[in-house]
Amino acid sequence: MKTYKWLVVSLIMMLAVSLAATGCGKKETSDTIKVGVNYELSGEVAAYGTTAKDAILLAFDEINAAGGVLGKKIEAVVLDNKSDAAEALNVATKLITQEKVVAHLGPATTGATLNVVPVCTEYKVPLITNSATNPDVTVDPQTKETREYVFRTCFIDPPQAVVAAEFAVNQLGKKKMAVYYDNTNDYSKGLYQVFKEQVIALGGEIVAEEGYVKEDQEFRPTLTKFKQSGAELIYIPGYYEKVAKIISQARELGIDVPFLGADGWDSPDLVEVAGPEALNNTFFTNHYSPQDPSEKVQNFVKAYKERYGSIPASFSATAYDAAYLLADAIKRAGSTDTVAITKALAETKDFDGITGKFSFDEQHNPVKEVSIIEMVNGEQTLKTKITPKQ
Amino acid sequence: METFIAQLLNGLSLGSIYALIALGYTMVYGIIQLINFAHGEVLMIGAFAGFYAITKLKLNFFLALIFAMVVSALLGIIIELAAYRPLRNSPRLAALITAIGVSLFLQNGGLVVFGADYVSFPQAVNKVTYKLLGGSVTVTSHQILILIVTIVMMLVLQYIVLKTKTGKAMRAVSFDKDAALLMGINVDSVISITFAIGSALAAVAGVLLGMYYQTIYPLMGTMPGLKAFVAAVLGGIGIIPGAMAGGFLLGIIETFVSGYWSTTYRDVVVFGLLIVILIVKPAGLLGKDTREKV
Amino acid sequence: MKHKNILIGILLIALYLAVYAAIGTGLIAPYYQVNLYLMGINIIAAVSLNLIVGFTGQLALGHAGFMAVGAYVSAVLTLKLGQPFLPAILAGAVCAFVIGIIIGLPTLRLTGDYLAIATLGFGEIIRGLLVNIDYVGGAAGINGIPKLTNWTWLYLFTLLTVFSIKNFVNSTHGRACIAIRDNELAAETMGINTTYYKVLAFSIGAFFAGIAGALYAHYFFLIQPATFSFMKSFDALVMVVFGGLGSITGSIIAAMAVTFMNAALINFGSLRMIIYALLLVIIMVFRPQGLMGTKEFTLKHLFRVKEGGSS
Repeated sequence: MKTYKWLVVSLIMMLAVSLAATGCGKKETSDTIKVGVNYELSGEVAAYGTTAKDAILLAFDEINAAGGVLGKKIEAVVLDNKSDAAEALNVATKLITQEKVVAHLGPATTGATLNVVPVCTEYKVPLITNSATNPDVTVDPQTKETREYVFRTCFIDPPQAVVAAEFAVNQLGKKKMAVYYDNTNDYSKGLYQVFKEQVIALGGEIVAEEGYVKEDQEFRPTLTKFKQSGAELIYIPGYYEKVAKIISQARELGIDVPFLGADGWDSPDLVEVAGPEALNNTFFTNHYSPQDPSEKVQNFVKAYKERYGSIPASFSATAYDAAYLLADAIKRAGSTDTVAITKALAETKDFDGITGKFSFDEQHNPVKEVSIIEMVNGEQTLKTKITPKQ
Repeated sequence: METFIAQLLNGLSLGSIYALIALGYTMVYGIIQLINFAHGEVLMIGAFAGFYAITKLKLNFFLALIFAMVVSALLGIIIELAAYRPLRNSPRLAALITAIGVSLFLQNGGLVVFGADYVSFPQAVNKVTYKLLGGSVTVTSHQILILIVTIVMMLVLQYIVLKTKTGKAMRAVSFDKDAALLMGINVDSVISITFAIGSALAAVAGVLLGMYYQTIYPLMGTMPGLKAFVAAVLGGIGIIPGAMAGGFLLGIIETFVSGYWSTTYRDVVVFGLLIVILIVKPAGLLGKDTREKV
Repeated sequence: MKHKNILIGILLIALYLAVYAAIGTGLIAPYYQVNLYLMGINIIAAVSLNLIVGFTGQLALGHAGFMAVGAYVSAVLTLKLGQPFLPAILAGAVCAFVIGIIIGLPTLRLTGDYLAIATLGFGEIIRGLLVNIDYVGGAAGINGIPKLTNWTWLYLFTLLTVFSIKNFVNSTHGRACIAIRDNELAAETMGINTTYYKVLAFSIGAFFAGIAGALYAHYFFLIQPATFSFMKSFDALVMVVFGGLGSITGSIIAAMAVTFMNAALINFGSLRMIIYALLLVIIMVFRPQGLMGTKEFTLKHLFRVKEGGSS
């Protein structure tokens, strides 16, 4: 009996190992260009990682269908980092040293990306993230030097918040603001800090500020507090799922002031969850709008919807841009040498992406216009475009 | 004063959700003394079952709720049969690890099958907002519905456990499995029934949670599950009214910490209070102080 | 007896040198190095938790909290205050030890699942407090921690942990702890100060968890409160139970096996965690007492098996 149990256990172990081994045994072919895709496919932020990965795979398939790059096909090596920063480093090391990828896409969050940066720098492999918005990702906070191998296709936090503050004070004419941010998220906290500074600089006042945590679903207690504070506008630099719930609960409590937010709002689920009515009188800053009539955007939205059955959110768009940007850089570099690709990336000028034409500044951040979108009866409408003052 | 009443109402509706989940936890714990970490995941599966029943099978809300309860009950029975029953006479820690394993399996299985995205839950019951005290306090029909369902569920459970034959068998098994067996009680089927009831309750909680917070996703059960477990311990685990009391208490405390201090300290306060209560009254608020059976 | 100790000593030094040389010459690829380090850290975490759960019988679910203390204290010392590595590790461990006493004194009066939930609560409280301290970066955590953990430090501290706990368990104190595990009432009747020994085992476990945290922080560059969630405590518990409650070698083997499984399943993408969870359930169902039970794996054992005898 005992030996039987042992046999079963060891058989299972062997099975697992041999399965894993066959996974490793992909044969090396020189007619493909390997690109590492290191994203959060399971765990807490799997939603962001998965949409980004989907958009990247879509882009690569399109590029390959159009003949590939330098006569070769791009082969994506997709690995999951479990939404765990240490695991992201583990995955990156595997991608770079075992799979010999020429470039590394992802991860989605600032924390995981920061953990991967030293590996990419050590092996001189370029990294492009589509949604790590913290300034520290591309600039070392201690030395103030730009990290040579790190790039991103999303805004960093400040420009969006600067534009939001300007819009709130100058265009909407509000003075008393409340801020409700995600306390467990660097992106949200970054926007909150900058927004607060800017509002005060423009003569406004922050009358209430509060953080929520990642797992929260119940926002009524804090919203009740905001209601008492007499805020004329509530700024929520968070992600759509929470934002939708916050706004819906706020309207329920009879809070009818305008809400203002950032690119994290962008998702069809915002309307689906909160309902079109609750979203009237709300605004957010964004990279792109799926309603943008340009052919490029519409083709992307259509292709994405056909393949995955949903309208791409803004982080799908930035991931899609990251994939195309990389292919473009490989083309311009004319080789698959990682240092040459990095150099080509740094020299990117007027790259025509879904999220607008952009170039990289000396800190490897894309310089692009910020769109302010107003929700009108559940439809995104372009309110205005503002170029952030750097 | 109005703010206070508004916050109290906020706390009550949050608490009723915790109470509902805690009821299922307490049932399972009461009978086999196992922290069923997979309870939150059963809740998630129940919510998705309800979602598909409404959107794909076009059932109305109450039929969908029953469908979700049946699916979850079956899942609960299967989990018990496959993962917990073989370990009944093993060290309790082994069962705890399997519970974690089942929970991880369902979570990640959910991520693959349902996708990682938030799914917006159809508003199958109309939401009406009632304004009280001149508009400064509002209550929605959803909040009232959840509160009523929770209280009804508690009463039904109390009735089953105290007044029916099955309930008597449950109490006997909970008290002493071997003696119950000798008395001619089919221990296996009593435990299966308990899991079925506990899991069906989780499904109710899942569907109501989906409706109340409007989204469902594969990881939706984890945090409410943990909080509900804390609620069950607060009230005295294994005691049905205790789960209820613990749930309401937890909901109200969380709301007041968020409303009058800061959300970021909420969990610190909640867990701190849990520890204080455990130390002062280890068996929970409504529990009897007995030394744990060895 | 003496010969055996010398033999073990030689084997351990040989292992150290062999891996050192293999890293130096690039024989162990960087990817496997990451897993090697994880393995060492996991061994420390699992063996120290085994002292609490396996040998003293106190079900604690807050191990990640102590790792967090060790990680944060040591990272603040090296990164912000410019202290050398060794004092930083020790300071982290001592802080975890002290917090272990503070937490252990009230909570260890509880038993079984109540203790589990109370320690889980403390783990969450530590995490919740870290999120609110801006000095250590709040939720964003500390990044840019110097990579000071190398093979030598890792190996030294792993050995230190294993041998300290082995010797503790075999001492009078350790026997007292085992007596408490087997029958607390009887132990008390025999004149054992149960509270003292429970708190002692708990805080020693916390001390080594602090070391694991410090080593972790100085290898992985970034630490965040979210890194030390209760899932990390579970991970350590899985290793302990999987290896066998009360078997040090079992914990070591399990820590290595779990790290290996994690690395081997990496190619499965999103299916990885499903396979891992399934394996976990299947292994527990077939082997509920863990790989080693309460037995230890010894050299003698190895030779006896080789001679053809069954164990």
